[in-house]
Parts: sequence; C-alpha cells; structure tokens
Amino acid sequence: MTVVSVARAGKPRIAAAYAAAVRRPLDGVPARSATVAIELDISNLRKSYQATTTILDGVSLAVPGGQSVALIGSNGAGKSTLLRCCLRLIEPNGGSIHLLGEDVRALDHGALRRLRAQIGFVFQRHNLVGQLSVLSNVLHGAQARISGPRGWFHCMAPSALRDEAMHCLDLVGLADFAGRRADQLSGGQSQRVAIARTLMQRPRLMFADEPVASLDPSAGEEVMELFAELIRQQGLTLVFTSHHINHALRFADRVVALRGGRIDIDAMSASLDARDLRGVYE
Amino acid sequence: MSDATLGGPILRPGVVPPPRLTRPSAGMFALYVAAGGFFLFSLHGSDISVRSFIEGLPNMARLVGEMFPPSLARIQSVGISMLETFQMAFAGTVIGVILSVPLAILAARSLTPHVGLYYVARWLIALFRTVPDLVWALFFVVTVGLGPFAGMLTLVVDAIGFCGRFFAEAMEETDKGPQEALTALGARKSGIVFSAVLPAAMPSMINSALFTLEKATRASVVLGLVGAGGIGIELKVAMDLFQYDQAATIIIGVFLLVLVVERLSSMLRQRILRQST
Repeated sequence: MTVVSVARAGKPRIAAAYAAAVRRPLDGVPARSATVAIELDISNLRKSYQATTTILDGVSLAVPGGQSVALIGSNGAGKSTLLRCCLRLIEPNGGSIHLLGEDVRALDHGALRRLRAQIGFVFQRHNLVGQLSVLSNVLHGAQARISGPRGWFHCMAPSALRDEAMHCLDLVGLADFAGRRADQLSGGQSQRVAIARTLMQRPRLMFADEPVASLDPSAGEEVMELFAELIRQQGLTLVFTSHHINHALRFADRVVALRGGRIDIDAMSASLDARDLRGVYE
Repeated sequence: MSDATLGGPILRPGVVPPPRLTRPSAGMFALYVAAGGFFLFSLHGSDISVRSFIEGLPNMARLVGEMFPPSLARIQSVGISMLETFQMAFAGTVIGVILSVPLAILAARSLTPHVGLYYVARWLIALFRTVPDLVWALFFVVTVGLGPFAGMLTLVVDAIGFCGRFFAEAMEETDKGPQEALTALGARKSGIVFSAVLPAAMPSMINSALFTLEKATRASVVLGLVGAGGIGIELKVAMDLFQYDQAATIIIGVFLLVLVVERLSSMLRQRILRQST
C-alpha cells in the first residue's frame, strides 16, 4: 500500500496522547495539557505596516505537540503573516512567540538559525532552485546540519546524506526524478519535492502556508493527502493555512479562523462543520 | 470610407477612450527641445561634411584596391601575434570573471554583509568600467612594461568592470522565493548565496562572461596600438608603412578570430545552460 493510498483510507488521526486531552465542543479552546508540551505558544502578537495597516492585532494561540492546526481566513486576514512571524521571516511589532520552548523574539542570529532548522516550512510556491537537480534541492534541507559545499550540491555531498535525500524523495514518490532539473517538474511534483526538502531537515514541527494553493484541484488533493499522511506518520505538529474549508476540517485536529487580524473561531475540527466556517469569508 | 463604415460599436454617452497621445508636461517639452538642439550642435561640432565624404570615396576605393589580394608574406608572424592576442583575451577574461564573482556579491544590495562594503564594491566596479581600456593599457604599460602582460591586466580590469556590474544585477534580480525557503530552514548566508542565488543567476552570468570574452577579443586587437601586446602593433606597423596588403591579412585574421570566438561562445552557452547540478 503506498503512502498516498494509506492517506486516502481515512482522515489523518491526531497523536493519541493529545487526542484525549484536547477534544472540546465548538467554542472550547483546548486547555494546555499537563502531559503534552506546548510547542508553539503565541501571546498577544501584533504586526502592522506603516502604523496604519494592522495585520495581526493581539493574536494568542497555543499549539500542543502532535496537534494539527488549520489557520483559515480571507485574503489579508493575517494567516501567512502569522506563520512568517513565528520564524521571524517577518519581524513582529509586539507580543511574544515561544517555539519549541525558545523565546523566538529574544534569539540572536545564530540561535534563530538553529531554531529554524527544526521547523519545516512548506510555502505556497515550491520555492525550489529551478536550475539545480531535484536531489540537490532536497539536500538543501540539511544545510543547517552540514556546512559548506557538501550541503549545496549533491555531487559534493557525503554518501550518507545523498542516501538520506533519496529516502526523502522516495517518501514523496519521486525517487526516479532525482537527477532531473527542478524546473522540469509539474507544479504537484515540485511541491512534493519541497515537502521532501522539509523532511530532510528532520523537523520537529511543520508549518505550511497554503501548500496546495498553486496547484490544480486534483494535484492539490493528492499533495495534501500525502503531506498530511507524512506528518501523521512522523508524529509531527502541523500548523497550516488554507482557503479550503474541507481541507481544514479533514486534515486538521483544530481550526483557527482569523478575521481582521484577530482570532474569530478556535475550535476542534470534529465539533465543526463547513457552515460554521463559511461565515469567516463573508 | 467614413469611420462609421469600419463597423465599431456605438459607445454609450460618457464612455470615452483615453487620448491616443498624452500632452507632455512643460518640463518634458523643454527637455525634448533641448535634446534636439544639442544634437544639431553636436553635428556642427563633429565637422560633418558630406562633400569631404564624397570626395574621399575614391581614396577609400584605392585603399581597398591596394589591400587585395592580401599578402601572406608575414603570415607566420601574424599567426603568432593572433594567438598571443587570443591568449591575452582568454586569460584576462577568465581571471576577470573569477574576481568579479566575490566583488559582485559585495555589490549586490541584498547579499552584501555590510553597507560600507556595498559602496566600496560599487565604486570600484564603476571605476573599472568608466575609465576606457586604452587608458588602463597605458597605465599598465608604464607599470609592467610593454608586452602582452600589460594587455592582459587591462582586460582583467575591463572584465571586472563589465561582469561586476552585470553579475551583481543578475544576483539582485533572482527569485527571492528559494532564498526565503533556505532562510526558513536555517541555512547560512553562504549557503543561500551558493546554492540559491548563484545557480539562479548563472544563466545570466554565463551570458555576460561569454560576451566579455567576445568583447575582450575585439579589445585586445586595439591594445597593441599602445604597446600592450597582441596583433594591434602588427596592424599599426603595416598601416604606417603603407603595406595595405599585409594589413588586409591582419584585418581578415581578426575578423575570423572574433567570428570563431562568437560562434564557440554561443555553442558553449547553449550546452552549459542545458546542464543541471
């Protein structure tokens, strides 16, 4: 049975330890479990541009280990900004962010780089280096571990690293494409390579910013199923943004809806249905 | 035929297409007039004379007549000078291109480690580019003496001035997505430069480097005129001694050399751009 067919067999499950701790009714916000560590803890996060455009207006969110969280909301609601602020790809204006126990805003350059190495980030666009081979692109996921040219191009990489990159490619079903130029792949294949690159990081937590928004519905469904299944298999915490309400309900344990830079809904997906979430887009 | 017969739809009142041409502002109009006036002034300053040109046509015909058939009397010496010319161009270009890469990284605003280094690199590149190569050749002839080494140094400086600027621009124009992805996964700045920026900029950089080689091949011919080695000195001597048939051999040789370099660089460009790493 392939990875994709396993995913198609049913809705991805959440980590068993967390499932018992956090299932709550529609308006219930999960309490911090005594047994499951909080991996992402955001408090009163604010981000605005030029003092007039407020993107995030006091967002607070705690995500325990093993949980899968979908961030939904209309364009400009602050979903992508929230994820980027967590890794300081965008500097927030206020509030605090604790990621894997680290105070993100207090980290110096080196410590921030080491923290980022533990977080996989799948972007809306695959962001591969088109002129390089698929294998070199996957290998880049290990750059925080391997310094210098050994982590830049597969021809210079140690055999063990090349084998690990091939394994990651195999997990996304693209081992046969290792030697091909990345810009010769389809959109769906490219996004699967981007997922393989994050797996190469050996991440403890995964962010995904509308990972299938640039794909056609069929490819998007396939990539999302594969992605969710890999996350489930590895027991990773996942925070992803999406415009697909059905993806949020199907692939996330918890749905957080943003509206105007604030949290509008925060509830377990099992207690929601699509009608509860459509209002977010009105 | 009236406009109505062309069959366009009748627009409802209030729907008006924009004007075909926009009226320039007073400042822009003054600028156009000034540019036109300066062009006429430049023609005057250049001593343009149609009469002199027409009267000189027989001289041109006589010169071309004396060039043919080209003389092969000094073909061996010309061949050696031609090889020396290309050696200067090739060595100067390769060294110049290699030195341009780190300088271009410092001169790329998004990659430079410090704003001070950015301005120093930009200033150096501008200096190398704006001073003409003949001036650099005179400078290096005085510094290291007559010969091809002075010519090669000139071409190194010329290549840095040209490639430094275009490499930096190519790096700045690369897609920021892969760079953001590598930043997000904890890559070092050097990793981002070498595994995302340089591969993405490489097609443009190869283009610039090969164009530099073509440019250097042409320039190396002229450098000989000031004693910086190569075929130029042979051409100057032949023209000064009115040996136009020997000059014709040199000019045809230069033409063939530049043509071959252009063809080879074009083929190389296609081959390299198809490969992946």
